[in-house]
Amino acid sequence: MAVPVERSASTAVPVDLSDDAAVIAALRAGHEPTFAALIDRWSSAMLRVALLHVSSRAVAEEVVQDAWMGVVRGISRFEGRSSLRTWVFRIVTNLSKTRGVREARSIPLSAVHDERDHAATVDADRFLDASHRWGHDWARPPREWAPEDSLLSKETGDVIRRAIDELGPRQRAVITLRDEQGFTSKEVCATLGLSEANQRVLLHRARAAVRARLEEYMDRRLVTR
Amino acid sequence: MIDRGVTCKELVELVTDYLEGDLPPSERVRFELHISICEDCTTYLDQMRATIAAVGRLPAESIPPTSRDELLRAFRDWHEH
Ligand SMILES: [Zn+2]
Repeated sequence: MAVPVERSASTAVPVDLSDDAAVIAALRAGHEPTFAALIDRWSSAMLRVALLHVSSRAVAEEVVQDAWMGVVRGISRFEGRSSLRTWVFRIVTNLSKTRGVREARSIPLSAVHDERDHAATVDADRFLDASHRWGHDWARPPREWAPEDSLLSKETGDVIRRAIDELGPRQRAVITLRDEQGFTSKEVCATLGLSEANQRVLLHRARAAVRARLEEYMDRRLVTR
Repeated sequence: MIDRGVTCKELVELVTDYLEGDLPPSERVRFELHISICEDCTTYLDQMRATIAAVGRLPAESIPPTSRDELLRAFRDWHEH
């Protein structure tokens, strides 16, 4: 799997990060821009995965640091049986679990109660009650958002980031991997040790919560404009 | 009252299953039937799609610059020795 990597001045650019073979070859050849690009692309998601098992951001940052060191040392032995991304995130999971146990604060994933899996994701009072002729129709329907580009602003990005940060750790990890990093549902399940059904519920709740925050923000803008 | 198959209140909880392609065919038909005649739920579905797209466009948050530098140094050292 020796994809040659030029080590001339012209390679200050990372290789295509979606091309596993090229990335692996670049890492093995010591191509720093590629390594830097991977760090920038994956570290925040790795941090969120680590936070599932350890108690503080500082420890999670150490775990991420250690995981990257593991990648540096282990890439020559990586056999490519999974995608590079799956392998890297598995390292994070393993390291953070070990740390979590040592901290005596491994969060049993099933016991996290910040995520009520069966509660409705839209407030019940947004719908007419069952006794109404049009029971369970919207009482307060969502208002259309301004055109797409209003979602591109830095301010909107901040609203979304804050909404994600406020989620419980499992929902936060799932939405980060799926929607921010573009993992498939299978990859998320493998990385976080979730069943497909569980993953889907967490994703649903996370997306609905972020949408609700965006809605509050958009509606406020409509009023103040 | 027209039979819309599912109520609005039910529909909002099926959105992710729908987008994931996980609804059984008969439920999918009922979902789409509802959407085709309910503007409010169409708006809701559009907003969920817009939310997903917006999350995908978030700028990456990096680790602290000192850790980043440290890693890059370690990477260089590893390959020089
Ligand atoms: Zn509806």
